[in-house]
Amino acid sequence: MSGDEKSENDGQRFDRLPATPSERSVPGRASRAEVLEWWDDRFGIGPETFADVTFWEKGAGKIWVFAGDAPDPNRVEGLGMTFLRTRQEHWKPTTVAVQRFGHLATRNVVDLSRKEAKRFAAGEDQELAWDGDWGYLIATRVVAGQRAPLGVGLFLHGELRSVVPKGTQETLPE
Amino acid sequence: MNPIDRYEPLVDDREAFREACARPLPYAVRVNTIKATADRVTGAFDDEGVSYAPVDWHPELFTLDGKAGRTWPYFLGWVHGQEEVSALPAAVLDPQPGDRVWDACAAPGSKTTQLAALMRDEGTLVGNDNSLGRLSALRHNAERLGVTNLVVTNQDARNFSLRELGFDEFDRAVVDAPCSCEGTCRKNPTVLDEWTLDHVRQVAGIQKGILRRAIQATRPGGSVVYSTCTFAPEENEAVLDHVLGEEPCRLAGFEPPLKTSPGVTEWEGETFDPSVEKAHRVYPHQNDTGGFFCAKLEVTG
Repeated sequence: MSGDEKSENDGQRFDRLPATPSERSVPGRASRAEVLEWWDDRFGIGPETFADVTFWEKGAGKIWVFAGDAPDPNRVEGLGMTFLRTRQEHWKPTTVAVQRFGHLATRNVVDLSRKEAKRFAAGEDQELAWDGDWGYLIATRVVAGQRAPLGVGLFLHGELRSVVPKGTQETLPE
Repeated sequence: MNPIDRYEPLVDDREAFREACARPLPYAVRVNTIKATADRVTGAFDDEGVSYAPVDWHPELFTLDGKAGRTWPYFLGWVHGQEEVSALPAAVLDPQPGDRVWDACAAPGSKTTQLAALMRDEGTLVGNDNSLGRLSALRHNAERLGVTNLVVTNQDARNFSLRELGFDEFDRAVVDAPCSCEGTCRKNPTVLDEWTLDHVRQVAGIQKGILRRAIQATRPGGSVVYSTCTFAPEENEAVLDHVLGEEPCRLAGFEPPLKTSPGVTEWEGETFDPSVEKAHRVYPHQNDTGGFFCAKLEVTG
């Protein structure tokens, strides 16, 4: 390790996000303030939801959310849960983060019918009447009488693309 | 030889023990309380026509006729396939929100994710395993269930270092040790064909090393739960007897929620510390589960 370890992103280690853009020392790294603002702007999930967690980057733009004591985690293999993809034009939440926190969302949530949800879970793209924002949406279905967040959909040109990871896609009942 | 023969002198009903070992194991799921409640899961199963039966000793365990993989509760991370009796050590450890907890042999993560749920995903849970390959299963399961308080480490548990963590000692630890797995014969009958006494002796050495490290890494007054899925006293009571002599700890009594037998104090000419009776043996015929061993230690400091 050398003195320049803080001047660029090392994809092999966890580094804590700076609190604000002005405290950023690694180019292109998201700050905690920007991450909180993004979830609030995009989905209406307020910063208070994440008051007790820390955010970390490991991998190019892969942000992790961690609820435990903040360690000095150079050699650990995992820290909490993958949460968000940055370092790309449109930030993208992970399926697991949406399944965990998506029930709190008030914006950019698309409620799917049973039939649509079945296609979404199987990883299929489908035409959809949606007059809200384009981009990444939280897809939900009613399960046992309440809305449940299924994962992330990408809405473009009248079509909802399922971005459920291949290993998670499943053929489910309607 | 069939290693099951060795243990007939220890059980109350040899015939029932043999018969149970030969029967396949029911498939069970645990409700992930980080994301759902038992009521919501059963409501979803009802909607889908999935038949299930509650497990009488644990409100968040259900047996299913089929597998859970192609159900909405599984897709949503509301349930996790977990053999019934393997839910015992985390329940006995009873970790609290905010605790610092070490799962020394964590992969593939059934117990780890259960510990996280009992902690309400608050505090710091360290899931360690010496196999990098198995850690990917642990990571996958923890993410699927929405666990955010887990640090995953890849070390030899026998000389585990807390250097990377922000603290010096744990409040509680689970050592669900690598073992000869005789108790899993209902799920995987080949374990009995591959059994050797040499292997039992070899893993007993590893078990002693891991359990000693767990006691050293836990604060005085804290608890360590030791468990295996095997019947061999060499891997169970003898390991406890060894650590009682080497580390500052004592056996703690606990009331298990299912039917058990006490730890044994004599085996093949050896005698163990009488307090190992406080440990619990679970035989397959007692609750129609796999075989299991579970002990709770208090660190005396």
